[in-house]
Amino acid sequence: MLSKIAGSFRWGLMAACLAFGVGVSPSSVAAERELRIGFLAPMTGIFAQVGKDMTNGFQMYLDEVGGDFAGAKVKFIVEDEEGKPPVGVRKVEKLIRQDKVHMFIGGLLASTGYARAPVSTRLKTVYVPSIPAADDLTQRDSAKFPYVVRTGWTSSQPSHPFGEWACQQGYKRIVTIAADYAFGHEIVGGFQKAFEDCGGRIIQKIWPPLGTIDFGPFIPTLKKDADAIFTVMVGPMSLQFPKQLASAGIRKPVLGGGTSYDEFVLPSMGDEVIGHISALQYSAALDTPKNTAFVKKYREKYGKVPSYYSESNYSTAQMIHEVMKKTKGKWPGAEQFVKMLASVQLETPRGPVRLDEMRNPVHNVYIRMVRKKKEHGYDKDELWNTVIKTYPNVGQFWKYRKEEFLKQPVYSRDFPPCKYCE
Amino acid sequence: MKDGHAPRRKLLIVIAGLLALLMITPFTSSYVIVLITHALVFAILAMSLDILLGYTGLPSLGQAAYLGMGAYLTAILAARYQFGLDWTFWVVILMGILIGAATAALFGLLAIRAGGVYFLMITLALAMCVWGLAYRWNSLTGGDNGIILPPRPQFGIQLSDDVTFFYLVFGFFVVSLAMLYILVKSPFGRSLEGIRENELRMRILGYNTWLHKYIAFIIAGGFGGLAGVLWAHAHGLVSPEDVTLATSVDALLMVVLGGSGTLVGGAIGAGIVVFLREYLSTLVPWWQYVLGGVYVLTILYLPGGLMSIPERVRGWRASSPGRSLSDLRPTNS
Repeated sequence: MLSKIAGSFRWGLMAACLAFGVGVSPSSVAAERELRIGFLAPMTGIFAQVGKDMTNGFQMYLDEVGGDFAGAKVKFIVEDEEGKPPVGVRKVEKLIRQDKVHMFIGGLLASTGYARAPVSTRLKTVYVPSIPAADDLTQRDSAKFPYVVRTGWTSSQPSHPFGEWACQQGYKRIVTIAADYAFGHEIVGGFQKAFEDCGGRIIQKIWPPLGTIDFGPFIPTLKKDADAIFTVMVGPMSLQFPKQLASAGIRKPVLGGGTSYDEFVLPSMGDEVIGHISALQYSAALDTPKNTAFVKKYREKYGKVPSYYSESNYSTAQMIHEVMKKTKGKWPGAEQFVKMLASVQLETPRGPVRLDEMRNPVHNVYIRMVRKKKEHGYDKDELWNTVIKTYPNVGQFWKYRKEEFLKQPVYSRDFPPCKYCE
Repeated sequence: MKDGHAPRRKLLIVIAGLLALLMITPFTSSYVIVLITHALVFAILAMSLDILLGYTGLPSLGQAAYLGMGAYLTAILAARYQFGLDWTFWVVILMGILIGAATAALFGLLAIRAGGVYFLMITLALAMCVWGLAYRWNSLTGGDNGIILPPRPQFGIQLSDDVTFFYLVFGFFVVSLAMLYILVKSPFGRSLEGIRENELRMRILGYNTWLHKYIAFIIAGGFGGLAGVLWAHAHGLVSPEDVTLATSVDALLMVVLGGSGTLVGGAIGAGIVVFLREYLSTLVPWWQYVLGGVYVLTILYLPGGLMSIPERVRGWRASSPGRSLSDLRPTNS
C-alpha cells in the first residue's frame, strides 16, 4: 500500500511537470488594435547598464505618447538577452511564438544581430535592429533578411568619414586596438579603408577579447612611433582602457569608435579622456532644439544623460509611431510594415534620418571631442562629446560606389589586409 | 525494497510518462514544443553525464565540450558544405557521436588518471580548450558570431516542422535512455558502480578500473556528441556560448537536481531547468537567484535529488506508522 502511494506520488510529479508545460499556452486572442512589440536588451551580465539605457529610451517615447501609437495600444514586452547570441535566439522564439509579437527590436552586440536576423526570416516577423550594427545585415546578406529594417547604423558607417578626417588632420601612422568581434572588426575595417585610401597607414592591429578589462598585456605592445591610437571599446572596456593608457604614461592622440566614449560611460570617466576624439551619429552635446529637449527630459526622468543607446531606441519608437500614424493604428502586415518603415523620413534627436534602399539609415555623422564644459544650460562642468565637425547625410557606403563596395568582403580581422603592418 | 515488482513498476511508470509526453506535447503551444525539444536534447546530455557522475563517481565539469564538438561539426558541415541536409543527416548523427567519443578518448587519457576534485579541474580545463578553439579559430568557427545553420534537413520528412523535429529528438532520447539503461544494468555497469563505491577493492578483485572508467568516459562523450548534433539543429545557431563552462555546470546541476545515478533524474532535471530558466527570466529580472536558491535547497535538503522524494516519503512513513498527514511534526527519532 505504501509503495502504491509512492507510485502515485511519482505520477503526480510527472503530471505536475506536464501541467506546467501545458498550462503556459499562449495568451488568448489579443484585442484588435494592439501593437505587440518585443524588446531585447541585456538586463543581467556585464552589459546590464547599456541594456537599461536602451529600454529607457524606448520607454520614454512610449510614456510621452501614453503607450498609444495612433490608436494602437502598445504592449511592450522586454526580455533579457544577457548579451549572448543563443539566449537572444531563444527569447525571440518566445516573443514570437508565445507573445505573438508583431515585431521585435533591439539586441546589443553585432553577433546577436547576425544570430537573430535568420529567425526573423524563418518565422516571418519584423526585426528592427536598433543597436546591432553588423554591416552585412543591410549589406551583403540583406536579401536573405527581408524582414529586417535597421534604425540604428552599420558599424563602419561613421568610420568612413572618420578615417578621411584623421588623414586630413595629418596623421600618417596609426595603431588600432579594438574589441575582438564583428563590431570591432567592422569599425576598424571602415576606418582603415578610408584612412589608407586617403594616404594614411595602419601599422599595427591589436585585438583584445570582448569584455577585457585588464589591458596590461596589450598596452606595452603598442608601437611607440605611431602618430595616434584608434580604439574600439564596448561596455565596461570603455571605462578601463583610457585609464590604463594614461597610467602607462602614453600621451598620444586617441581616436575611437563612438561606443568608446559613449555617454553611458562618459560621466564615470576621468579627465584623462579630455581631448579624445570619436565619431558617431549622435552626441548628447548636439546643440539642436530637438536634442536639447530630449536630453533635458531624459536626464530629469532617469537621472543621467542619454547615451546613443537611449537615443537610437527613442528614435526607433518615434519611427514606428510614424508608420502607425499612416495606417491609423492598424497593423499593415509584416511585408507592408517593412516597406513603410523603410520610407520614413524624420527629424530625430540625432538629426534628420531617412533609410536607404537596403533599409539602413542615412544620417549625419559627428566627429566629437571630449571636453569638460557646460552644456544645455546645466551649471556644472561635465564631460561632453562636443561636436567639432559634422558630415551630413552619410550612408552606409559613404563615397564608395555601392556595387563595388559590396564586391569586397565584409570587414573582418583580416580585411582590409594590414599592408603596412610592421 | 520489500516489493519484488518494484523495478518493473518503475519501468512502467517511466514508459507511461514518456507516452504521455509524446501524446501531449504536439497539442501544446508552439513555444512549449520548442522548449520540450530543448529539454530533451539537454536530457540526453545530462544522462550521458550521469553515467560518469552517478554511476562511476566521476564529477565531470566538461560535458559541454562534447556537445560543442557535435554541434560545431554539424554546423560546419551544414553551413559550409551543405552536408547533412538530406538523408546524410544520419551520417552526421553518426559522425557527431564519433567525434564526441573521439574527443572523450583523447581527453580521457589526460583526465582519467585523476580523481575527485582534480578530475573536476582537468575536465573543466579541457572543456575550456574547446571553448577557446570555438572562440578564436575564426576561419572555421566564425568566432564570436558563431555559425548560423541553414534550414533543418529534409528527407521525405520535413524536420523544419517543429513537431516533426520534436518526434525525432524524442526518438533519440528514448533510444539513448534505453541504451544507457541497458548499459548500467549490464555487468559492465555494475562494475562501474563498484568503482564508484570502492575503487581500491575493485582493483584488488582484479578489475582494470582505469579501462572501465576510460570506456565509460568515451561512451558519455559519444552521447554528448549526439546531443550536440541535435542541439545545433534545434537552435539553428552554434556559438561559443554553447560551449562555455555555464553549459557544463548546467548539465551537472540538472543531474544533481533530478538525482544522480538514476538516468531519469537527469532528464527530469533538464526539463525543470529549461522551463524554470525560460519562464523565470521572463517574469523577474532576478531569476538567477531563484534558480540558485532551488539548487542550494535541493542539495541541502534532497542530496539524492528529486528522484529520492518517493524514497524519502516512504522512509518517513515507515518511521512514523499510524501518523496521519494532518499532524505533521518534526520527530526526534
